[in-house]
Amino acid sequence: MKHLTEIRWHGRGGQGAKTAALLLADIAFGIGKYVQGFPEYGPERMGAPVTAYDRISDSAIRVHSNIYEPDFVVVVDDTLLHSVDVTAGLSPNGALLINTEKGKDEILPLLKGYKGAVYTINARKVCMETLGKYFPNMPMLSALVRISGILEKDVFFREMEASLKHKFEKKPEVFAGNKKALEAAFDAVEQISFAADGKRVEIADRRVA
Amino acid sequence: MALSAKEIHETTRWQDLTEGLSIYEPATSKGFLTGEWRTDTPVVEWEKCRQCLLCVPYCPDSSIPVRDGKRLDFDYDHCKGCGICAAACPFGAISMKEGK
Amino acid sequence: MGIKQRMSGNEAVAYAMKQINPDVMPAFPITPSTELPQFVSSYIANGEMDTEFIPVESEHSAMSAAIGAEAAGARTMTATSSAGLALMWEMLYVAASNRLPIALALVNRALSGPLNINCEHSDSMGARDSGWIQIYAEDNQEAYDNFIQAYRIAEHKDVMLPIMICQDGFIISHGVSNIELLEDEAVKAFVGEYNPKHFLLNENEPMAVGPYAVSCYGMESKRAHAQAMINAGRVILDVAAEFEKISGKKYGFFEAYRLEDAEIAIVAIGSACGTTKDAVDLLRAEGKKAGLLKVRVFRPFPGKELAGALRNCRAVAILDRCESFSANGGPLAAELSAALYQAKGQAEVLKIVYGLNGRDYTVEDARQVFADLEEIAANGNRDGQEYRYIGLRE
Repeated sequence: MKHLTEIRWHGRGGQGAKTAALLLADIAFGIGKYVQGFPEYGPERMGAPVTAYDRISDSAIRVHSNIYEPDFVVVVDDTLLHSVDVTAGLSPNGALLINTEKGKDEILPLLKGYKGAVYTINARKVCMETLGKYFPNMPMLSALVRISGILEKDVFFREMEASLKHKFEKKPEVFAGNKKALEAAFDAVEQISFAADGKRVEIADRRVA
Repeated sequence: MALSAKEIHETTRWQDLTEGLSIYEPATSKGFLTGEWRTDTPVVEWEKCRQCLLCVPYCPDSSIPVRDGKRLDFDYDHCKGCGICAAACPFGAISMKEGK
Repeated sequence: MGIKQRMSGNEAVAYAMKQINPDVMPAFPITPSTELPQFVSSYIANGEMDTEFIPVESEHSAMSAAIGAEAAGARTMTATSSAGLALMWEMLYVAASNRLPIALALVNRALSGPLNINCEHSDSMGARDSGWIQIYAEDNQEAYDNFIQAYRIAEHKDVMLPIMICQDGFIISHGVSNIELLEDEAVKAFVGEYNPKHFLLNENEPMAVGPYAVSCYGMESKRAHAQAMINAGRVILDVAAEFEKISGKKYGFFEAYRLEDAEIAIVAIGSACGTTKDAVDLLRAEGKKAGLLKVRVFRPFPGKELAGALRNCRAVAILDRCESFSANGGPLAAELSAALYQAKGQAEVLKIVYGLNGRDYTVEDARQVFADLEEIAANGNRDGQEYRYIGLRE
């Protein structure tokens, strides 16, 4: 078991990548981990590419740089695949998670020959079916937990429920929708590519933390 | 440390000054006799004075005391002899005399 | 003892502000310190603080109002960054020379230009000669702990100086990580009430603040101000010792990390120190005697103590997260080099500029610096270039 897991989020301003990164840090803290969740501040504009990071560890974290060799990368918007080098430094033992409606034939050629596992999820479909609105960050967080195994499924749902209940105390319908979105997303993840060593890594077996 | 304004003067050591040179008593300017700076001195001809009190607000150094609605003679401890009162008087009751 | 939480640096300092609950906070928002007045305003609106918040029209006004409030006898704080601190410039000197123990939470950000919102120490380093105490933090925990200690230092009768509690913009201010908070009661008991000896609203003692000082008084006044800064050194250590009793956390002028037997060392301020510690551990694992000297207190400048901590080093790199355009390195390098000379230090010195305008400083950067130091320790500084950049495209 590796003691430090590093995650990089790519999104566009307004999609909630930073919020998702901070929420993940929050939840990992809740189960006793040392955490860092931080955004990289560039031009803060709706639609501009944004990057956010998580470190989750069993021991105190002192490093304060950005993450250059992440274990996992989450791409919240597939249009970023054309403009941002999302697989830069990504560990071949880690995984890439992309929010897209597209199939593997369209996605894989954009990944610059990344050798690790690649997963996709149609977060828009999940959102529209559960929330009726497109807020991709919650489904992406759920999908990340699924593919990374950084948290136990039960623990994740328990902590998220507590957090969402608190956040949407006065809006029970929003809480219910988000809860459904998280659950649906957990099951909507598809693996479109396997690690280059040919070893088939089942989603549920991928435990890094 | 000096607490009284009187103890703060040009030979006071740095150790004896107040923090930030604050002054912890009121009206210390009363003790500073600016009348010593005077080279010309205002004088009132009381028979011409109508007690209109216009000179009082014109005086930049508050050196024209007023009691019971009437101005008194100048406070020569503080009057610097600027002559504004003489210029302001509508009745020519104030004249400037050379020297103290 | 501590309450385990996760917070950003801004959340942590705002929490300390809530626990201290000073009397007055005039502030004007500026990135990345905007959250501080924002959080305090929320605490006030929620009835968790009864600080008088003064929304002002500029940072010059914020510091002016802070001066007025503090002179009136109110415990006062404010917060700012970068251009905000620059706009306070005139009033920073007034606050310090009037000996008003205001606490300023500074979230370090580059001064323009080029226009940039990210971390740099150019704002506080520019104000280093304004007569304020300056204490820096490696992480959110230290930013919180330093703010809790701030008033005890500033308001001490032998000090009576304003104090700047600095943290790295975005890197610390907006990064969420673990922290241990103190109980409200412990903070209140530690910080105590502010009972100024002299204050403008004391009806029994009318006073004048900030009088004109002709040349026969001004120099004596500055010497007394300098003495207060000298005294602050002892008070900072005393307050740290007391703070340790309630927190279990040790603070001093600096932290020496694996420095005792170090032959090569990096000296730095702020969040770069955490990153450097990871590099030190990697080098130690390779059998290399590397260490870190983290400067916590920059004003007063503990030159003798810092030089003493480096006495066994053969090569030292002094890192500045700002340019001073002296053509000879940054301010920490200049002052520490002078202190090393006074201490008859034998170490070769590199004066390194890093992290400008938010340029990331990585473990790899620190390793590169250590590699240069190793070379210099072994063979001397052969190209004679002391003043260098790290993390630069060239």
